[in-house]
Amino acid sequence: MMPEMIYLDNAATSWPKPDCVSEAMTDAIRRCGGNPGRGGHRLALAAGELLYEVRERTAEFFGADDPFRVSFTSNITMAVNLVLNGFLNPGDHVLVSPMEHNAVMRPLTAMGISYDILPGDRNGKVLLSEIQRKIRENTRLIIICHESNVSGIVQPIRKIGQIARENNIFLLTDCAQSAGHIPIHINTDNIDFLCFTGHKGLFGPTGTGGVVFGDRVDIGRIRPLVRGGTGSLSESFDQPDFLPDRFESGTQNICGLAGLNAGLKWIEDQGQEKLTQRCRMLMDQLRSGLELVPGIHLYSGEGQVLSITIDGLDNGTAAAELEERWGIMTRIGLHCAPLAHKTLGTFPNGTIRFAVSPFTTQKDIEICTEGCKTLAEESWKKK
Amino acid sequence: MEKEMILLVHTSGHAFNIEKALKKRGIQCRLTPIPRKVSSDCGICVRFDPQNLQAVESFVQTLPFEIQGIISEDEA
Repeated sequence: MMPEMIYLDNAATSWPKPDCVSEAMTDAIRRCGGNPGRGGHRLALAAGELLYEVRERTAEFFGADDPFRVSFTSNITMAVNLVLNGFLNPGDHVLVSPMEHNAVMRPLTAMGISYDILPGDRNGKVLLSEIQRKIRENTRLIIICHESNVSGIVQPIRKIGQIARENNIFLLTDCAQSAGHIPIHINTDNIDFLCFTGHKGLFGPTGTGGVVFGDRVDIGRIRPLVRGGTGSLSESFDQPDFLPDRFESGTQNICGLAGLNAGLKWIEDQGQEKLTQRCRMLMDQLRSGLELVPGIHLYSGEGQVLSITIDGLDNGTAAAELEERWGIMTRIGLHCAPLAHKTLGTFPNGTIRFAVSPFTTQKDIEICTEGCKTLAEESWKKK
Repeated sequence: MEKEMILLVHTSGHAFNIEKALKKRGIQCRLTPIPRKVSSDCGICVRFDPQNLQAVESFVQTLPFEIQGIISEDEA
């Protein structure tokens, strides 16, 4: 018999979602069944109103004054691609953190954009003192993975953004993991392109995400990634140059965004600080339970993600054992972030990753700690 | 029934933004499809009572985005 399920793969996608998320999605399908921005009948208006509400809530959540500077995409990868393809030109140079995800590295490589990796400490945290000397005359963008999806290390984006501004360079932050975990304010944190996903720390469903554009960004100079119908300027073959239509062609994911709206509201109602504190407490419990175990190596930052390796044990075998014997669901491998694993010295085998959520219990962490300890002991005995 | 004023926007999101803000200021308004004579857009416009024209016009000045214009129903 399989043991009870313990979900510690929240860095891949959060689970469970608060009940209000699925309820809002059901309600959206039933009540907001029209196409937002197309037509003026009551179902279309209900969908449009919902779309506006989630846009406004998202803007407020990230401290943006203008809700129309939020552009929704189907996920953060598409958001990052929108910015990289739309903002960068041949000949531009980019600086990236040593913990970047392939959502950044693959588009940069495919576009032939030259980049340098910012020097970091052994945990991959960017060394602020090293940034200036890496800046070239043609450096146009700094890209920072705010909270690593491998180790949870959190980058000092506000200070990096300050340096970027002093050098007239733009800052893109990949907030896939950090949004919902760490308060992010687009202006105070000196961000120009705030890319986020809806289905992790914001508790929305998969298929939601977007970009929030900072005030410095000249929207007219960002090329859209997708062009098509917007319900506006319909007589013209040209893409509108105003927001949000410039980057939101095609029918929006109303059902998904209804879920994101509910997720954001749930965070507001619970209090982000309270949720973060709970997760920190759980991560501290896990960290302190594992750090002194012989044969276990920790790759741990300050966030809600922690990676380990176990001496003499294949990660895939470890993950299978953890689930079969203790019900623990994890994610192993390179986590789509080979650069981060190279930085941490865990390439190419990768790590076993644990990520908590406010729904994780102390008992879950106790069982996880016990499971990892047992596997490390068994591996050591086999030697 | 008195003819309404029609506020035309570039994108439907602006209409929702304006509707919410006007109602917050106690100015009644409603969203309807755009009259075909005015625009080929598939979107919506904001209709309001002519007696609120001045209030709406001064409110529009405070918006961070541009509107297409305000016309009377006669013009449509």
